[in-house]
Amino acid sequence: MKTGSESPIIVLGARLLSPFIMLFGLYVIFHGHYSPGGGFQGGALLAASVLLMRVASGTQISSLMVKESLTTPLGVVGVLIYFGTGLLAFLMGGDFLDYGALPIPGLSPEYLRYTGILIIEIGVGLAVMMVMILLYDKMATGEEEVE
Amino acid sequence: MFFATVDLPTRGDADSVMNQEVNDNGNPVAGNYYIQSAYKDAKTPNIVTVVLGDYRSIDTLGEQIVVFTAGLILVLILSGHRKERKVSNREENS
Repeated sequence: MKTGSESPIIVLGARLLSPFIMLFGLYVIFHGHYSPGGGFQGGALLAASVLLMRVASGTQISSLMVKESLTTPLGVVGVLIYFGTGLLAFLMGGDFLDYGALPIPGLSPEYLRYTGILIIEIGVGLAVMMVMILLYDKMATGEEEVE
Repeated sequence: MFFATVDLPTRGDADSVMNQEVNDNGNPVAGNYYIQSAYKDAKTPNIVTVVLGDYRSIDTLGEQIVVFTAGLILVLILSGHRKERKVSNREENS
């Protein structure tokens, strides 16, 4: 467990900034169809907002945002969202990762591809975010044990 | 490098090699297809997103697996070091 900073100014500043960074990360993921951005960049931003709280207020408080034990399973879920989308399209009679064959009713193949790209971007973002948080947690724990 | 930039074609030059629709062998160029049909295929204005997420989606799947595997391997390495250090500390103490 890494303890937080003693200074209330640092904790308050991090608490102020963290939601805005997280909101911008979500914007980068979900607006990737119209502007630069996507899963990798948005995932890094989401991880940055959690890591800011991890550094400022310590692991114990910031595990309210993302628990340490949840990082690896959610990273696997991120990879599986991507792979599962491709496999589902494959099982429904299309090519592997051809989103035009996804079984979502009421959408033409063009808009199915539009939705498919959004789903895989969410998967990429989740995996990148969780891997970055996982790395910080492991490094922080290792540092404590050496001390 | 500055000497080389003098010979570069101007941006949007239709006669330059990278902007041609059919290459020297007579085959259609992939980039030209992406630019012409990205919006028609996926209704997404951002061509880069369509190329990454749809046309080249297996490549992006590979990228994601590389990121994930790198994370897992680093975790395994870091956890292993901790155990070694614990063992060596115990040996020093005894």
